Amino acid sequence: MGRVIQGTPIVPGTASGAALVSDEPLSFWGGYDQTTGEIIDRRHPLSGQIAAGQVLAVPCARGSSTTTSVLLEAVRAGKAPAALVTDSVDRFFALASIVAEEMYGKPIPLIALPSEDFAQLQSGQWIQVEPDGRLIVTEPV
Amino acid sequence: MTLTLSSEDRAQLAGERGPANRMAMSILVRMAEISGAQTLMDITAAHIDSTIYTGEATMEFAERLASLGAKVCVPTTLNVSGVDEHNWQKWVVPPEWARNARRQMVAYQSMGAVPTWTCAPYQTELKPSFGQQIAWGESNAICFANTVIGARTERYPDLMDVCAAITGRVPASGLHLTENRAGQVLFELVDVPRRVQQDEEFYPVLGHLLGHIAQERIPVVTGMEVTPEEDQFKALCAASASSGAVALIHLVGVTPEAPTLEAALQGRAPQQTVNVSMTELREARRALTTAVGETVDMVVLGSPHFSHAEFQKLAPLLAGKHRHPNVQFLVTSSRFMSHLAEQSGSLAALHDFGGSVTVDTCVLATPMLPPEINVLMTNSAKYAYYAPGLLNTQVVFGNLEDCVRSAVSGRVSRDNSLWEE
Repeated sequence: MGRVIQGTPIVPGTASGAALVSDEPLSFWGGYDQTTGEIIDRRHPLSGQIAAGQVLAVPCARGSSTTTSVLLEAVRAGKAPAALVTDSVDRFFALASIVAEEMYGKPIPLIALPSEDFAQLQSGQWIQVEPDGRLIVTEPV
Repeated sequence: MTLTLSSEDRAQLAGERGPANRMAMSILVRMAEISGAQTLMDITAAHIDSTIYTGEATMEFAERLASLGAKVCVPTTLNVSGVDEHNWQKWVVPPEWARNARRQMVAYQSMGAVPTWTCAPYQTELKPSFGQQIAWGESNAICFANTVIGARTERYPDLMDVCAAITGRVPASGLHLTENRAGQVLFELVDVPRRVQQDEEFYPVLGHLLGHIAQERIPVVTGMEVTPEEDQFKALCAASASSGAVALIHLVGVTPEAPTLEAALQGRAPQQTVNVSMTELREARRALTTAVGETVDMVVLGSPHFSHAEFQKLAPLLAGKHRHPNVQFLVTSSRFMSHLAEQSGSLAALHDFGGSVTVDTCVLATPMLPPEINVLMTNSAKYAYYAPGLLNTQVVFGNLEDCVRSAVSGRVSRDNSLWEE
């Protein structure tokens, strides 16, 4: 059993996956390939990583209003992250998840963590997301 | 803190105003809960950015609402779409893309919105007024409305703006409320000469710098000696909403909610103070260019959409000249502005030069550019910011004169005299 971090379930749900973590905000428009799940913002530390099916942890969405649409496209294409973890309430990610539930019955679990807990996340950890907002974090072997 | 809904909100949520209103209101209510709003509030105009076609999901969302009988209940303008409806065949836009993007246009138009197809809705007859509560999408337009007009909109994500237009309601939160409009980061212009502040390049450069540092916070700028023209404001707002998520800027002594520094800060202390001298501006200007060589494949102007005033400024620069055969020259604009330019003769000057116009969309929102275009030159900080990621091109930033000169010679040519040390 891993360590438990209590977050706030902005959009509740169950998911698990390897963590992809950065302290840089990410715009999905121009930053995320909705057909492959690759992070394509070449200025972003996670550039080149595939976030599809992983637990993506970034502080918040950056910039463009169109992040929501790109994330919705990724859900439709089956290339969205398994869950999103942020360090504040991100309305852009939340909206995409809510509309994904409305349109396709597939919300993306979205959890907000206090900054000090967010800072403990590291790429490669295995994260299980629980509906009450708990993250169960297992260190890589 | 819990959300209290009005009886009309509850009627919409219960489906008593039809299934489209039910869907839109249920999305808004969940967003209001997430935002911590205590109530919803009325808006009296909307601008829908959800028109941008990113694939079948955005099309299906629009068509779902349209098929449920969605109608906007406030005057509503439409942002750029995914295709130049009547001229896409001139470029390399795949027919399937054009077909789907057009289906999405038809869906939004069927809701009763005005088919403006522009990212500069503040340069149409539906420009809002000071203090008006509105729900706008499109980052540059949000910033312009809050900053220059003093209208009030939160930074709405795509897909939420249309829900607001259908229901006439938004969460009472964020920039709709006076207490959330106070400046947060103080930028003091230090020894930035008037001749620099009068130059058109100053505004995209300053905007790029503000966004980069302020991110989602509200900048306050002191030391402005000139009042920018409308298109200079446009460039400032678009730049800061690209490099950051800036939705409101106070220029002390210039913008409507900043008669004084104290008013702009609402009497509070700034979170951070930043000195902006020519050194910082030079650095921001350099950061807008990613290309290293002298080649340029295409000049592209008009992000946000070129206004009639900009067409009129461009026309005399083009007179008697022709673009180099290796350099394409494109202006992106709205149907309305290009029609005005046609009537005033400015469009003829562009065509004689060998340039062309794309309306309804822009190079970032439609896959129109042929693969041999590797280096773009532009006077738009927004194009300069997004082109490397979205189009996989390099960019050169320059002013309008630089862009024309480079298009004629076929080599990058920039006048740096104002910026040299």
